[in-house]
Amino acid sequence: MALFLIRRLLLLIPVFLAVSLVIFMIVRFVPGDPIDNLLQIGSTEEQKTAMIAAYGLDRALPVQYAIWLGKMLQGDLGEAIILRQPVSTLIAQNLPHSLILGSLALAFSTLVGIATGALAASFKDGWLDRLVMTLILLGSTLPSFWLGLLMILLFAVQLGWFPVSGARSWSALVLPVLTIGIGGVALVARVTRAAMIEIARKDFVTMLHAKGVPPLQIQLGHVLRHALLPVVTILSLRIGWVLGGAVTIEYVFARPGLGSLLITSLNQRDYPVVQGCLLMLAIAVILGTLIGDIVQAAMDPRLRETLR
Amino acid sequence: MTVPSSALGRLLRTPRGLGAAIVLAIIVLAAILAPVIAPYDYAAQNLRNANMDPGALHWLGTDEFGRDLFSRIIYGARTSLAVGVISISISMVCGMALGAAAGYFGGAFDRAVTMVVDLSWSFPEILLALILIAILGPGLASTMIAISIAYLAQFTRLTRAQVMALKSETYVEATISLGAGSGHVLFRHLLPNALTPVIVAGMLATGDAIILEATLGFFGLGAQPPTPSWGAMMSSGTAQIFIAPWIIIFPGLTIAITVIAINLFGDALIDALDIRQRLREG
Repeated sequence: MALFLIRRLLLLIPVFLAVSLVIFMIVRFVPGDPIDNLLQIGSTEEQKTAMIAAYGLDRALPVQYAIWLGKMLQGDLGEAIILRQPVSTLIAQNLPHSLILGSLALAFSTLVGIATGALAASFKDGWLDRLVMTLILLGSTLPSFWLGLLMILLFAVQLGWFPVSGARSWSALVLPVLTIGIGGVALVARVTRAAMIEIARKDFVTMLHAKGVPPLQIQLGHVLRHALLPVVTILSLRIGWVLGGAVTIEYVFARPGLGSLLITSLNQRDYPVVQGCLLMLAIAVILGTLIGDIVQAAMDPRLRETLR
Repeated sequence: MTVPSSALGRLLRTPRGLGAAIVLAIIVLAAILAPVIAPYDYAAQNLRNANMDPGALHWLGTDEFGRDLFSRIIYGARTSLAVGVISISISMVCGMALGAAAGYFGGAFDRAVTMVVDLSWSFPEILLALILIAILGPGLASTMIAISIAYLAQFTRLTRAQVMALKSETYVEATISLGAGSGHVLFRHLLPNALTPVIVAGMLATGDAIILEATLGFFGLGAQPPTPSWGAMMSSGTAQIFIAPWIIIFPGLTIAITVIAINLFGDALIDALDIRQRLREG
C-alpha cells in the first residue's frame, strides 16, 4: 500500500505540470498583448514596466512559465483587474463555499444513490424498480441548471421554504445540494443496481440461500458489500463531474464560490481571476481523483498491484 | 450505409424507438421550417406585451421585451441542433483519426495519445469547455470548438479500442499478409467496421452537447444576442422568475424533450444493431 501511495503521488507531478501549462498558456493564446489582458485599462507606462519586470514578460516563454509557476507555488496568483484584489484573497473567500457544496453533494449522491440502487435491485422488474429506473433516466438527462431553476420556482418562489439565492444560511444549501446530487444519485443508483443484479446471480449467493440465510441479510451483508467496489470505481472516475455540477449550480443559485467567480470573470475577461479559478478547479479534480483511487486501492488489493 | 436499413426497421418497430424517432423528426422539421412555422419575428420587440401569460395570442407567452416565446424557441432549435451536430461531427472525425492512428500504429504516438485522453477523461466536459472559452472568448463559433474538443477524448478512446480489437481479426491479418498497405487496411477494413459504434456514440453525445451548449448559453458565454438560444433565453428569464416563470420553463422543457428523445433513439439503435458490448469496450 505504501508503495502504491508513493507511485500514485509521483504521478501527480507530470499531471499538475501539464494542467498548469495549459492554464498558463490561456493569456498567451488570447488575441492581443498579454500585458493588456493582465492590467487594468488605462494603466500607466510605469505599471506596465513593473508588470513586465515582475513576470518577465520580455523573456522567452519557458522562462515566463517558470516565473509564473514559482509565484503560483508561493500563493501569488496576481491581481484581479476588475475586483482590484489579490486573486489569492478572492479564492480564499470563495473556496470554502465550493468545498462545502461539493462534499455535501457527493455525500448525498453516494448515500441516496446506493440506497436507491439497492432498493431497485431487490425489487428487480417490479413497479418500484421501473419507477426508479425512469427517474434515473430523467435525472441523468435533464440539464442540471434547468433542474436548479425549477427547484427555485417550486420550493423558493411558490412554497417559500428555502431562500431563492445566496449563502447566508444553512437552509440556502438544501436546494443546490439536491440539484447537484440528483445527477450523482442517478449515476450511483444505476451502477449499484447493475452490480447487485450481477452478483445476485453468483454461486455463493445461491449457496447462502440454500443454507437458509435470511434474504435481507444476503442482500445487505453479501450482495451489496460486493457491489460497492464498482460504485467506488465510478465515483472516483466521476468526482470531477460533481465539481463540474457545482460550477454550474453555484451560478444558478447566485452562491459565492469558485464557479460563480469563474463565470463572472470570464464574462468580464478578468484573466488573472480566470486563471486562478481554473487552476484551483483543476487541482480539485486531480486531488478528488487521487482520493478516489486511494479508497479503491484500499478496498481492492488487486489494484495496488497494477501500479507496481 | 453504415446503419443497415434492417436495423432501422427493427428500431422503428419498438414503441420507444418509434416514439423517439417521431419526436426527433418533429423537432428537426421545426428547426428547418422555422420561418414558416414561427407565428412572429423572433427578434420583434413589443414592450407593451412584455411578460405576457401563455394564451391564444402568444401560445407560450412573451419574454421581458415582449418577444414571442414560441417563435424564439423554434429559432433556438436551429442554434442548438446546429451546434450539437456540427461540434460532435468535428469531434467524431478528429477523434476517429487520432484513435485509429493510435490504435493501428501503436508505439510512442499511442502512449502520448492515451496519456492525454486519460488526463482529460477525469475533467468534466464543462470545465474543459470553460478553459477553451477562456482562450477563444465567448460566442457561437468558440462554443462549437470548445464542445468539439471537450468530447474529443471520448471518440478517440472508442475508435482506438475498436481498431485494436479489429486489428487482430483473422481477415485483417490475411489482408496484411497478402501485402496490403496501412492505408488500405485502415480505410477499407478497420474504419468501416469501427464506424457503427462511433456513430451511435456520437448520436448519444449530441444530446450531451446540446445540454452543454445550453449551459454555456445560460452563462452568457454562448451565442450572443440577438441569436436566439435556449440557454440564453433562460438566463434572461431568471430576472423575471417571480412574474414570468414560463420564460425558464418552456425552453428548458424543450431541451429536456429533445435530449430524452435523442437518448431513447440512441438506446433503441444500440439494441437494434446489437452493439452494446462493443460500446462498452471503449
